[in-house]
Amino acid sequence: MGQAKEFVGKIKPDWCPGCGDFGVLNALQRALAELDIAPHNVQVVSGIGCSSNLPGFLNAYGFHGLHGRSLPVATGAKLGNHGLTVIATGGDGDGYGIGVGHFVHTCRRNIDMTYIVMDNQVYGLTTGQASPTTEKDMRTKSTPEGTIETALNPVALALSCGATYVARGFSGDNLHLAQLMKGAIEHKGFAVVDVFSPCVTYNKHNTYPWFRERVYKLEEERHDTADFRLAMEKAFEWGARIPIGVFFKVERPTYEDEEPALRSGIPLVKQSLQRDDLPSIMEGFL
Amino acid sequence: MTHLQAELTVWIGGAAGDGIASAGESFAKACSRSGYHVFAYNSYQSVIRGGHVCMHIRIGTSKVYTQGDELDYLVALNEDTFKRYAKRVVPGGAIFYNTDKFTPPHGSLADRAGSGRGAGFTAAPEQAPKDVQLVGLPVMELVGNQLMQNTALMGALLHVIGLDASEIRKLLQERFAKKGEAVIKANLEAFDKGSDFAKTNGQPGGLRIGPGDGKRRPLAGGNPMIGFGALAAGCRFYSAYPMTPASSLLHWLVAYAAKTGLLVKQCEDEIAALNMAIGAAHVGVRAMTGTSGGGFALMTEAVGEAGMTETPVVIVEAQRGGPSTGLPTKTEQGDLFQMIGASQGEFPKAILAPRTLAECYAMTIQAFNLAEKYQCPVLIATDLYLAERLETFEGVDITQIPIERGKLIIKSNGEPYHRFLDTETGVSPRALPGTPGTVYTSATDEHDEDGVVISDVFTNPPMRAKMMAKRMRKIPHLLKELPLPKLDGPQEADVTLVGWGSTYQVMVEAMEALTTEGFRVNVLCLYALWPFQAEPVRQILERCKMTLSVENNYTGQLVKLIRMETGLVIHHHLRKFDGEPFEPKQVIDHARRLLKEKPKQSTVASVVSDEGLPPDFSPLESPAVGAEVSRQH
Repeated sequence: MGQAKEFVGKIKPDWCPGCGDFGVLNALQRALAELDIAPHNVQVVSGIGCSSNLPGFLNAYGFHGLHGRSLPVATGAKLGNHGLTVIATGGDGDGYGIGVGHFVHTCRRNIDMTYIVMDNQVYGLTTGQASPTTEKDMRTKSTPEGTIETALNPVALALSCGATYVARGFSGDNLHLAQLMKGAIEHKGFAVVDVFSPCVTYNKHNTYPWFRERVYKLEEERHDTADFRLAMEKAFEWGARIPIGVFFKVERPTYEDEEPALRSGIPLVKQSLQRDDLPSIMEGFL
Repeated sequence: MTHLQAELTVWIGGAAGDGIASAGESFAKACSRSGYHVFAYNSYQSVIRGGHVCMHIRIGTSKVYTQGDELDYLVALNEDTFKRYAKRVVPGGAIFYNTDKFTPPHGSLADRAGSGRGAGFTAAPEQAPKDVQLVGLPVMELVGNQLMQNTALMGALLHVIGLDASEIRKLLQERFAKKGEAVIKANLEAFDKGSDFAKTNGQPGGLRIGPGDGKRRPLAGGNPMIGFGALAAGCRFYSAYPMTPASSLLHWLVAYAAKTGLLVKQCEDEIAALNMAIGAAHVGVRAMTGTSGGGFALMTEAVGEAGMTETPVVIVEAQRGGPSTGLPTKTEQGDLFQMIGASQGEFPKAILAPRTLAECYAMTIQAFNLAEKYQCPVLIATDLYLAERLETFEGVDITQIPIERGKLIIKSNGEPYHRFLDTETGVSPRALPGTPGTVYTSATDEHDEDGVVISDVFTNPPMRAKMMAKRMRKIPHLLKELPLPKLDGPQEADVTLVGWGSTYQVMVEAMEALTTEGFRVNVLCLYALWPFQAEPVRQILERCKMTLSVENNYTGQLVKLIRMETGLVIHHHLRKFDGEPFEPKQVIDHARRLLKEKPKQSTVASVVSDEGLPPDFSPLESPAVGAEVSRQH
């Protein structure tokens, strides 16, 4: 087993003191270490937002791309070198707002990678506007009289779009979160971990105490992670009790398993650029 | 007496769904296999059934550059086609149609003078020229199945033209191989019955082409040639969202994917397409995406992402008529400025505009090399006219493929690694994820040499300036590697035709025609557009007596670019924005008029103020070629 400190980057996180993202970073470092993956074999891809700064604080290959586009970049990276452990990270605005189209289709594809969403139910880096997961009627900088739209349900969306590992964690419970991440990374297929990661600056409603009063662990209630209908039912439980843990888990062939170009098992990047079949392709034009 | 010509043009027209493209392709391929040069252009609409489609196929005993202007033989699969084009068929030609579908209303059975063996139809003079033979096939009576219409008409066509039928018979066998012997047999019979009908009821065509040289020539379009170049260059990843006229690149590549180990990914949108290609390129795979102007607009932000993260990626932009959804199935060169300006901020990128099929192949290989050597996005600018044409080609080298990957680190040397190291050329050694000892983060935020973001924690103006200069320093080096512009034709000429990309061959055809008439004409057609080769272009243009730009757009984007980069103003302009490509005659006539009138300016004016603008600078004052063409049709 590796040491979590191996994954500590050179740069100290610049998140606000108390930000939920610290817990997510620590849990990820712990999960990677426990899985004994070498830092150079990890590719983390993020979008834009407070939480998307995470790759810079982690000792692993990072790609800090465009707002909302972490999943397609991560998909390209995984298909290009499926020997890498690929992890996409970002926030709720990044993944469920501007990038939700990619989220839907990445769930369908079942690429063997992990997506960790630091869900603080608000836009933090742009100073506190409503996000897709902001609860209805919450007052934010962009909704002074309360949000009108219903909050998006990330767990239900991931389930309905075909993700094969769907979990939710709470950054206030670091050890539990690390186990969820470990399971996600080990899972062969597309794994989604939505994390309650409180924004201590702009979300005065969904705070650490607010979550602590409500969250309970599915595994402590003998939840059957193979039962899709039950998972869907649990996804909509929101109020006095809010479930965290693994909602659903299923093994299905991954995209890489079924992709004709990867049948040889050799990652694309390791294949020779020189080819000897050009004459036969030329013959096709005759 | 039948005169043997150097070329022939056949048009096959009807509604979408009539199988025009496959009939036309079979005919084109039969010719390319029989020793002829071929150029085919399909004018079609954005409908799956109905509308009007017309494929123009020109064959020659020597190189044919364009679809041409003449119409020798017309296959009219519906009456609409007959009404549109019958008048354009030249004397000695013929029109083929299915009498079950229509008969020319004023057509009459008339003895052809001196034929002595049966009669063809002739049309009323207001419908078709007098000496045009009408060959109407009663398809149902002949073959008992309307599905065989195209095959029967093809049989009649080949007989009247006098082309050897053996190649097209082989093609019918290849095409229907999967459908079984019965279908092959029925088609061959239909072909023979069409041929026999023409033999009995028609005349040998008055327009015959000389014999081919027996050489089997490869036949392709710009998209397959780009795909071929990508495979030759070692591309292993192609991601795209369907969009005309780039879709046929997706189709061609995916047909070869399983055989060649290319991963083809259809994406949810073009944003994903370019981002996926960037992801694959980031881990070290040669990756490409392709789209048209609308899809490229969606990719725009990611073009800058590739620029900022210094990720090598190749993007094909097959232009079509804009703006917005515009003309989905028509050609235009309207996206040059979109490509040059794509994405916010400033960063190195290259735009290559192949002019021929051979260049589609070679410049795609070059695009991958430039992308990796300069770690930046490289665009390949084509348009529908180049992408979707069918043309015989030569000059494609599949034995010597130059593959240059630039500064790529395979193994750490144990020293601390700086992904964005500030170097003399601005190019930093690139390590690939998975390599021990070279871990780094690429960021779209401004960052230092280690990839550490400088935008959030504190802003560091000297660091920003240093990193900006590092990236931009790549541009002069990149510029030096672009193929130099050169004149085609004589060094000294009375008019120089100026253009870019797909209009090359129509300009060359015009040049050759005008040279035959005794004029001195040459061509400057640019194929490396960005970074702009201001000095070499200026040197060439300063020697030109009179210049005429030929562009498939409204505003003359190349003319503006030349003026911006060199200060030189092109004298005269020929622009076309009706969706159709230039016909050679349109260029020839315009250039001839200029050559005869000899307008006052004798050199390229070097001006910076509006006072120096030539009178026809404004497109409104230029000949409205778009309008002219609309009237013709």
